[in-house]
Amino acid sequence: MTIALPARTDFRSRRIDLSWPVLIGFAAVLCVLIILPLSWLVYYSLTDRAGALTLENFRRLATDPVFIDPLVTTIIIAVSSSVACCLLAAPMGWLVARTDMPFRRTVRALVTASFVTPPFLGAIAWELLAAPNSGLINQAFRVLTGAPQDEYLLNIYSLAGVIFVISCYTFPYVFVLVANALDRIPGELEDASAILGGRAWLTARRVTIPLALPALLAGALVAFLQAMTLFGSPAILALPAGFHTMTTKIWSLFQYPPKPELAAAASLPLLVLTVALLRAEHVILGRRSYSVLGGKQGDPRLVPLGPLKWVALGVIFVVLLNPIFLPYFALLNAAFSRVATQLVSPGNITLHNIEFVFFELSTTKLALKNTFILGVLAATVGTAIALVVGYVTARKAITGYRVLAFLATAPVAVPGIVLGVGLFLSYTRPPFVLYGTLWILLIAFVTIAMPAAYQQLQSAFRVVHPDLEDASRILGATRLQTLGRITAPLLRTSVIATWCFIFVGVIRELSAAIILFTSETKVISVLIFDLNESGDLGAISVLGIIMLVITFAVVVLANRIPGFGGAGIRLRNA
Amino acid sequence: MPSLSRREVLQGSTALGLTVFATPIRAAAPPAEPVSPALVEAAKKEGKVVWYTSVDLPVAERVAKAFEAKYSDIACRVERSGAERVFQRIGQEYASRIHAVDVVQSSDAAHFIVWKRDGILAPYVPEDVAKHYPVEHRDPDGTFATFRAWLSVIGYNTNLVKAEDAPKSFADLLDPKWAGKIVKAHPGYSGTIMTATFQMSRDLGWGYFEKLAKQRVMQVQSSADPPKKLALGERAVMADGNEYNMFQLKEKGDPVEIVYPTEGSPLIVGPNGVLKDAPNPNAARLFQSFCFTPECQQLIIDVGGLRSVHPLTKEKPGRKAFAEIKKMKDDPTGVEKNAEAIKAHYTQLFHV
Repeated sequence: MTIALPARTDFRSRRIDLSWPVLIGFAAVLCVLIILPLSWLVYYSLTDRAGALTLENFRRLATDPVFIDPLVTTIIIAVSSSVACCLLAAPMGWLVARTDMPFRRTVRALVTASFVTPPFLGAIAWELLAAPNSGLINQAFRVLTGAPQDEYLLNIYSLAGVIFVISCYTFPYVFVLVANALDRIPGELEDASAILGGRAWLTARRVTIPLALPALLAGALVAFLQAMTLFGSPAILALPAGFHTMTTKIWSLFQYPPKPELAAAASLPLLVLTVALLRAEHVILGRRSYSVLGGKQGDPRLVPLGPLKWVALGVIFVVLLNPIFLPYFALLNAAFSRVATQLVSPGNITLHNIEFVFFELSTTKLALKNTFILGVLAATVGTAIALVVGYVTARKAITGYRVLAFLATAPVAVPGIVLGVGLFLSYTRPPFVLYGTLWILLIAFVTIAMPAAYQQLQSAFRVVHPDLEDASRILGATRLQTLGRITAPLLRTSVIATWCFIFVGVIRELSAAIILFTSETKVISVLIFDLNESGDLGAISVLGIIMLVITFAVVVLANRIPGFGGAGIRLRNA
Repeated sequence: MPSLSRREVLQGSTALGLTVFATPIRAAAPPAEPVSPALVEAAKKEGKVVWYTSVDLPVAERVAKAFEAKYSDIACRVERSGAERVFQRIGQEYASRIHAVDVVQSSDAAHFIVWKRDGILAPYVPEDVAKHYPVEHRDPDGTFATFRAWLSVIGYNTNLVKAEDAPKSFADLLDPKWAGKIVKAHPGYSGTIMTATFQMSRDLGWGYFEKLAKQRVMQVQSSADPPKKLALGERAVMADGNEYNMFQLKEKGDPVEIVYPTEGSPLIVGPNGVLKDAPNPNAARLFQSFCFTPECQQLIIDVGGLRSVHPLTKEKPGRKAFAEIKKMKDDPTGVEKNAEAIKAHYTQLFHV
């Protein structure tokens, strides 16, 4: 690597003195983002209160049922959600990508909507819908069947309920991966199979499915990781039912009296499991799972479904009721109803919740402001870092670019709550007391967004062939002029898309923020979580709707820009 | 590690506190301070006050709005969470030398013992406290006084439970007919429930909670939430929760009814105090004074459903008189000594 500078060395030599500072500078930034918190995490997990080296924390972790039970629960949830997501999302992805089902674009847009819906908001909405007694669905069930008061159809405060709600907001990951993989399978391959006499099913079995399988596997892994590291949904639904998952357990270890050494130790299994699974994914799939190139060789052949297409659409509609239509309806209803779980009627319609949130709740303004500042800053800083690192690695511009690529991708293996714990341990002590400032949250959000942002921009750079830049250079333009006139315009859409993507991610982030916030640095997601603990459902609904409106405004903006919505996007947990 | 160093500070200061307690060198409370025009001016210059509290959010915001209405140009920001969370938050923030809170209010009076011992409270006696407040409701050193009092009670939804079938006592809640129908708040979040759990485990024994844990209770966090869950009809009965939320809901027409258990209702006392390192020291003192005025105390009675120990306030007609209710005895010192053990024991029984 150190000597591998090819023929272009001549005009690169002028910058060669810059390459080391750039490398070191960005490597340092990425280290601060990722290596430092993880080191503290490991250090704390291996020491006792007095700072002496010990394995006691891990011994307790491995023997105390207080920790084993949540770990087992977490794995059950993660496996079940992953399977459920694949069973749902794979056929949906196929219907949307490879059949003539109507409204395929609309379905994709709706899946994007569930993609960007904060999972904790979905969980609260599902409380409104399926709490065993007051839930709207259970009320309807009793009215329709005449069942007695204490019978119910669904109980959201249960293991099954947690799995269900997590799956609702995790299946889009699988869907996007599968649908995009199917989009990319060249039609020629299927044509070839057909010409050689293969019927539809044979073609599907021999060509389409094997080609899509890696994406499905990747999706299954992503879904597993999401379900495993999610904090909000289990905190909202599992605690009332009387059980913990690993994330809620880690969080509870931060309650008074805080036990950071145990929290650190409890974080490590999640980290190790995530790294192991990502390695497995990497081994099975190679590097393709990370980057997505848009180049289609030929249009995929669409399978005519005949009248079945309406049935398929109907089924998809029923599926999408769960992450989108029903929860949104429940939130909207609760926002305007005097009693959160009563349907709005002339007798109980009220503007009180809106009035309360905007004119009485004194943290609304602060939380909105913080969220907005953090969203803009994290998106700008994150995009800038990802842009430079993406450029450097895509063009192999400096020696050691692989280090940068690794560092930029590494946070994908760190669950949000684990990162939160690590950052808390790193920045609450002198000399770096960032706790209590927006900076610590900024670091968390940038870190969390970095892998996806980097992959998006890096692949965008790859799509722009260096020949274009070289041509400009040969014609006499300077490197800056080339960047300004050729590269930047070609990448503009990707940059804006990445910016919007980070912004949306910040709005929905809860798992790191819940560890790192202080009263002055509260964000909307934390405020909503607070309100849920005191049962203020009307106020939550109003804040949730504000959150969704902002999110959709940004998503629509991004969608107006061609090139957004690539499968490389990995939204992180909230 | 900040929390660790805080712990060490706590341990160190425990020893100190005991010494101070043993030798009578306690400072007397400073003289009462009426609200002077100079204080109002200085407070207006600061322009804001931050109140960490565990009062149910709408009530807290009403107090804040009343303060803002009286002293325009001073914005009052309410930071509400469960008392145990507020306690942890202040500990965590102070360990990182973040001084964001001006005035603190807690539903776990034991917290004030710790804060006072840590020396983070400022002595400040509002005029109303000096003139009117009973001795047992004010700190002899003038660092806090009782802002509000209330009870943790049993309650039921009147649509789901007939009055004659409703539980009359804590013991009644152990009847198998209530299995799966009970909602209950958490002592690791709520100071009310921490205090109540202490009093009940003292008077009824932990055996009561062991049996209650087998009733498949719905576990919520805030003591304000069980009444709200009753009102929604989500559960038929609440094993504990704020009397004042029940008043609010009942008077709004929601189908809830209070039961004062025959064993006695846990008595909760919520003091208010000014922080020594308050970022807005003048606004903090002005707000502290405001909190104890008859006008504010009457507001928390009328709007909040709370009880006041200010003798110039009047109870709201239709509510059972505070004096007539059988109460368990409050004992902040006992709560302070047992808080960690109570949380651990509770988690062991209820799994969360």
